Amino acid sequence: MIWEQIRSNQVRSALLVVLMGVLLVVIGWFLGYAFFGSPIAGLIIALIVWGIMNLVAFTQGDAIMLAVAGARKISQDDHPRLFNVVEEMKIASGLEKMPDVYIIDDPALNAFSTGRDVQHASVAITSGLLQKLNRDELQGVIGHEIGHIRNRDVRLMTLLSVLLGSIVIISWYATRFLFFTGASGGGRRGRSDRGGGGAQIIILAVGIVLLILAPIAAQLIYFAVSRKREYLADASSALYTRYPEGLASALEKLSNANTQVQKANRATAPAYIINPLEKRSLSAQSMTSTHPPIAERVRILRAMSGASYAAYDQAYRATKGGAGVVPSSGLAAAPAVALRAASSETGPVEDLPDRIDRTRETSNMLWQMNDYKVIDCECGTRLRVSPAYRSLTVRCPHCGRTHPTPR
Amino acid sequence: MGFVILGIVVLIVVIIIALFAGGYNGLVRLRNAMKNAWAQIDVQLKRRHDLIPNLVETVKGYKNFERETLEAVTKARNVAVQASSSGAGAAAIGKAEGELSGALARLMVVVERYPDLKANQNFLALQEELTSTENKISFSRQYYNDSVMRYNNQTQVFPSNIIAGMFNFKPGESFQVTAEEERAAPKVSFS
Repeated sequence: MIWEQIRSNQVRSALLVVLMGVLLVVIGWFLGYAFFGSPIAGLIIALIVWGIMNLVAFTQGDAIMLAVAGARKISQDDHPRLFNVVEEMKIASGLEKMPDVYIIDDPALNAFSTGRDVQHASVAITSGLLQKLNRDELQGVIGHEIGHIRNRDVRLMTLLSVLLGSIVIISWYATRFLFFTGASGGGRRGRSDRGGGGAQIIILAVGIVLLILAPIAAQLIYFAVSRKREYLADASSALYTRYPEGLASALEKLSNANTQVQKANRATAPAYIINPLEKRSLSAQSMTSTHPPIAERVRILRAMSGASYAAYDQAYRATKGGAGVVPSSGLAAAPAVALRAASSETGPVEDLPDRIDRTRETSNMLWQMNDYKVIDCECGTRLRVSPAYRSLTVRCPHCGRTHPTPR
Repeated sequence: MGFVILGIVVLIVVIIIALFAGGYNGLVRLRNAMKNAWAQIDVQLKRRHDLIPNLVETVKGYKNFERETLEAVTKARNVAVQASSSGAGAAAIGKAEGELSGALARLMVVVERYPDLKANQNFLALQEELTSTENKISFSRQYYNDSVMRYNNQTQVFPSNIIAGMFNFKPGESFQVTAEEERAAPKVSFS
């Protein structure tokens, strides 16, 4: 079932790559025709741009992603519980090699996985996640990330994003040049064709439309695929853990948290388990979103009557209506897979009190011991007034409001 | 004209052979995955065997800790090690491991009464390792059962069932967990 899933992923990614590749080729051809009088030159330039981006993405993609996120690699001794959970999911999913585990020092709750194939896979978790989730929930999140690795989503999304990037870059530069040299370009073109004036204009018009529409189309394809892979990763997580409620309640916690991951940006956002850049609106429905709305993902997971892909597909169709999301190969003749009960470990995975909070607590105690008075200003600043302060009013250094000195 | 027909026939034969080869290879791969998954269960069981002496040592140091519980655990562990090394059948191994799980669960219940022990760093680390190992045993069983299902599917689905019949691919046996309480940790109430 799972290897068939990957097979259909491979077929699908081949088709999408071809589709986007055609877009790229067409743009390159038009570019060559418009600027150099030779479509082949344009094609070659487009392919070179694409080739370089591919090279960088596939060889250095993970390292770049991890560095941008500020992730640091950990060993079993640093965070034994996290490591154990990853190992458990590795066994449950049948991964051949244990992925590298990274931690991101950020109180926000998020996770991502990267790696072009199973041999080079990594999983990164924020420290906030370890402090807020219990073991079942963490297992659900890791299961989701390992599902991505197992379903070769990273490779698919990298391919697509490189294509998308190439198309966007080329179209952007092309439209710029067109605007600048549009009028004067007519003379250059004149030398290759004599009598094809009308056809040239049509081709030009089609080309311009293409240049504008291609990036949009490519983006839509990219986002649609990204959303679908997220659903499939949710389904994989449910299958591995046999406990979809774990992932469901983890997603809820993630969506309610009000801190954003600090180092995410537009390029890396799609890889995270929930979009680190979008506002926390549970009902956000958008064709331009890389992630499906969290409320929907939670509803589908909670509607599952078993843990198999078929059960996920059923829940998906019941919640959203219309066609299912699991490819038909994943639904082949699979018996029902039973859910398991919750584990008894309900506390957070790691009890690390925030160092800042601890320091604050200690200094609060010291202030109190030395008879400092406290004023809470409306701007959120906490003012501490020494017992030796003689003036009648205190001015907030932050916002400038004046407060009467407390007795 | 004759050559064309000959060419087509050859092509068809080649295609059929390729399909057969593909089907056979697929079955072989799935069967090997299944065997590998079975071996993985063993790995986790052994890991649990290795953890237990350490656990017993850590707990023994606490005065007045119930000797019988500790001894029961050690005994069950030895039986399990014996079962797996002597090459007993899956049923016997399953039974021995089940008894070991039961003994460990009882030990954990007793530990609840020793707050010093519960706060001990060594013990906490060991407990985490044990919990994780229990989970890994479950997951490797689960994955083994998933492999069995995939393999069995492939032997029964058309057209690979033909190939399976021709080359005698027997269906695999799934590993039934006998007692569900092996999976859940004991819940202790202080009432």
